[in-house]
Amino acid sequence: MHEWALTEGVIATATRFAEQNGLTEVTEVVVMVGELQQVEHEVLQFAFQQLKIPLFKNAEFVLRPQPAKFKCRNCGHEWSFTSEGMTEEVSEAIHFVPEMAHVYIKCSECGSPDFEVVEGRGVWLVTIKGVKGHE
Amino acid sequence: MSDPRIAIIEKRFEDVGRVIAVTSGKGGVGKSMVATALALSLARMGHRVGLLDLDFTSPSTHVIMGVEGLYPEEDYGIVPPLAHGLRYMSIVHYSAEEPAPLRGEDVSNAIIELLAITRWQELDYLIIDMPPGIGDATLDTIRLIPRIEFIVVTTPSRVAYESVKRLLLLLNDLKKPVIGVLENMVMEPSGYVKSEVESLCLTYMGAIDYDEKLEETIGSPDRLMKTSFSKQLRKLVQGL
Repeated sequence: MHEWALTEGVIATATRFAEQNGLTEVTEVVVMVGELQQVEHEVLQFAFQQLKIPLFKNAEFVLRPQPAKFKCRNCGHEWSFTSEGMTEEVSEAIHFVPEMAHVYIKCSECGSPDFEVVEGRGVWLVTIKGVKGHE
Repeated sequence: MSDPRIAIIEKRFEDVGRVIAVTSGKGGVGKSMVATALALSLARMGHRVGLLDLDFTSPSTHVIMGVEGLYPEEDYGIVPPLAHGLRYMSIVHYSAEEPAPLRGEDVSNAIIELLAITRWQELDYLIIDMPPGIGDATLDTIRLIPRIEFIVVTTPSRVAYESVKRLLLLLNDLKKPVIGVLENMVMEPSGYVKSEVESLCLTYMGAIDYDEKLEETIGSPDRLMKTSFSKQLRKLVQGL
């Protein structure tokens, strides 16, 4: 459950933000989940429910999937990620370290491994909503 | 938007005693060999030791130790496998023998990912084979790893030391502790590196002679530990 480690990061970051901004209760945490990392949304949700501290008691954990897109630095070709035809080993390597895409994926036009992951790499914290305590 | 990985890195190092990064401003000075021999030596003294290879574009500690086919265990993150008594983490667990053509930002991102998800078990020492140079990867490693201390490796060459000196000045600017400078591959003692290091008010740890038999030990930690290189290294790091 590598998702567990990522969720710990989300909670630690959200907690820090809530503390810095005087939130006494967090009501919503929105997380963008990049397709390239191939994390399981159900496991992220489960980890959030298990790991959440009282500050997040009533918080909704919203996951927004983001498709992964690449742009070749050599020929400019743009294409989308697909895990079709990928072996389990390769899929796992990219799951744990998305930069391994540069080891196993090549530009579908010119074959270069030098491409940019334009979007959809991994997990990002987008917004946090909450209730401010009385001053 | 915020990167959720950064906030969890400090927690990952909670059970790690000393974090010692072996680094150099110049390639080819024996940084990976020193890092590997240091980790193996500490482990053979009975300490619990981890070895983290952050030289992602040219990983080599696995070659020095003769390790292949290891894979981390997935357990609420990833747990580094054991290699010759070390908790061992390297990008080669995922890239195998394929080249990893990563740009600076990608190396940095991959390092952050590994730091955030790797669950080191209880360790007395974590030895890090640092990324080369003073680019994104080095700066992020220095910024993110708590309690990091440095052993800086050079050779007697003025060409090597000029780059090493820039790294030492950077570490000084960043207010990071330098355990000392280790002079490797010495063929003719000259005193040049010692006086230069001491002029910066830093510790000159000592010299290790050029060991022409070292290459023959690649792939065999047992043989590596018996070399004069390893014996001299152990003497220089006795006080750690």
